[in-house]
Amino acid sequence: MADQIISPLPGTFYRRPAPDQPPYKEVGDSVAKGDVVGLVEVMKSFHEVKSTVEGRIAEFLVENEGPVQAGQRLATLEG
Amino acid sequence: MAIATLLIANRGEIAVRIVRAARELGIRTVQAHSAADADSLAVQLADAAIEIGPAPASKSYLDIGAILAAAREAGADAIHPGYGFLAENAAFAAAVEEAGIVFVGPSAATIRRMGDKVAAREAAMEAGVPVVPGSRGRLESVEAARGILAETGYPVLIKAAAGGGGRGIRIAHDEHEFDRLFHQAGAEAKAAFGDGGLYVEKAIPRARHVEVQLLGDGERVVHCFERECSLQRRRQKVWEEAPAIGLDPAVREQLCAAAVRLAEAVRYRGAGTVEFLYDEDGGDFFFIEMNTRIQVEHPVTECVTGIDLIAEMLAIAGGAPLSLRQEQIALSGHAIEVRINAEDPANGFMPFPGLVSDLRVPGGPGVRFDSLLYPGYAIPPFYDSLLGKLIVWAEDRPRALARLSRALGELRIEGVKTTAPLHLALAADPEVRAARYHTRWLEGWLETNATKLGSEEEGAG
Repeated sequence: MADQIISPLPGTFYRRPAPDQPPYKEVGDSVAKGDVVGLVEVMKSFHEVKSTVEGRIAEFLVENEGPVQAGQRLATLEG
Repeated sequence: MAIATLLIANRGEIAVRIVRAARELGIRTVQAHSAADADSLAVQLADAAIEIGPAPASKSYLDIGAILAAAREAGADAIHPGYGFLAENAAFAAAVEEAGIVFVGPSAATIRRMGDKVAAREAAMEAGVPVVPGSRGRLESVEAARGILAETGYPVLIKAAAGGGGRGIRIAHDEHEFDRLFHQAGAEAKAAFGDGGLYVEKAIPRARHVEVQLLGDGERVVHCFERECSLQRRRQKVWEEAPAIGLDPAVREQLCAAAVRLAEAVRYRGAGTVEFLYDEDGGDFFFIEMNTRIQVEHPVTECVTGIDLIAEMLAIAGGAPLSLRQEQIALSGHAIEVRINAEDPANGFMPFPGLVSDLRVPGGPGVRFDSLLYPGYAIPPFYDSLLGKLIVWAEDRPRALARLSRALGELRIEGVKTTAPLHLALAADPEVRAARYHTRWLEGWLETNATKLGSEEEGAG
């Protein structure tokens, strides 16, 4: 079972800190515990999504600016 | 010509408010909504509804093309923009006018003029409305500032001409500090904004926020007295009252007259608000800005004047002259509004969307609850956190505070955290009861009282 990054909040998922900046992480990037992998906008306020696991990003399951629910999987990691 | 069909280009509690006012006037209502708001109370209450796009506001409530297309499909002869979103967007107002549809609000030209801080300040000065004392334009040197400083006194704010949103502001308490900070601020502004231009403004450290409600028909303007909105968090109002507390009748008269002069000077049409800082110590007031729309806190004015401001807006937009003369508008009693937000005040005001599993709405004499809630409603995470406003009216302020505590005790919103516990604590606070506060007071209070805000929600059930 691959590790996953879960959204702690419902809202809109962003992969970039700002529209004119590169994504926090790309597929294939390594991720350490505590690394920021995206933002969730909820009710006009922005919250960082931090990884609670480490590994390498295999796939993003939510596109940039896609809606997410609390507890929804955002990305899967491989060992 | 009176409006027959109205498109509501907004959401939430204000959309519900507009549907209600329009229905009482016999106007057919069509609610424009995003895909995320298909189940909203406003959609349920309106005569018809049209989906204008997906959940993100940029693709729905801020999409001018989609809203105009919905208006044509609905056969609407007018659009009410509510507050926020496109309500103060001059390009939107112009596009609506060009489409041959009535924009419920002032002209695009008025919105543009009053939306520009410098132009609005100039309009205020031309109308003889006091503005915060300060430099007219940029200051090239410390020496050039000397004459202005004689007028403003200390403390004084040094602001970057290219700054904004609170950035690039320094406060100097004496001449020595001014000289030092002026050079420092210039260098920092140059580095941060690529523009070292500075200007200065008198600092008013313990000011209250007082604002005057206006109605105009393009010819004549009347005021509906003032509101006090000094309880703010992060420059967002959380609690509003009408009338302002402890305002000398002579000052009230001057304040309201100044607001009317400004609105008359721009031939204002619709509902608008002129905001002032009020310096209690000196009894002085200073223009901050004019909002060219209906405001969230309009119900407190309705409670103390008996005027339906949304109905007046719709009548004026339909071409009717003002229905009221100034001498027909009188103050009666005291009203307080508190904003019920889906935020957890015990956890840094973390937003808290979710399913409202049960709802108990307060009632009884002098209680009004304007909200977007119904039992079983899933609050979407895509928009701001305002769920509704609890408004109370009573003969005087002490009785209004007692009524507020009583009504907050009746309110139960199950399934989500709200700011109701904050308001219960504030309503019981001695400083609030004595109205000893200013615009920065609440943030200090929250630092020392955050622990009071946790457990009361259950207790209130």
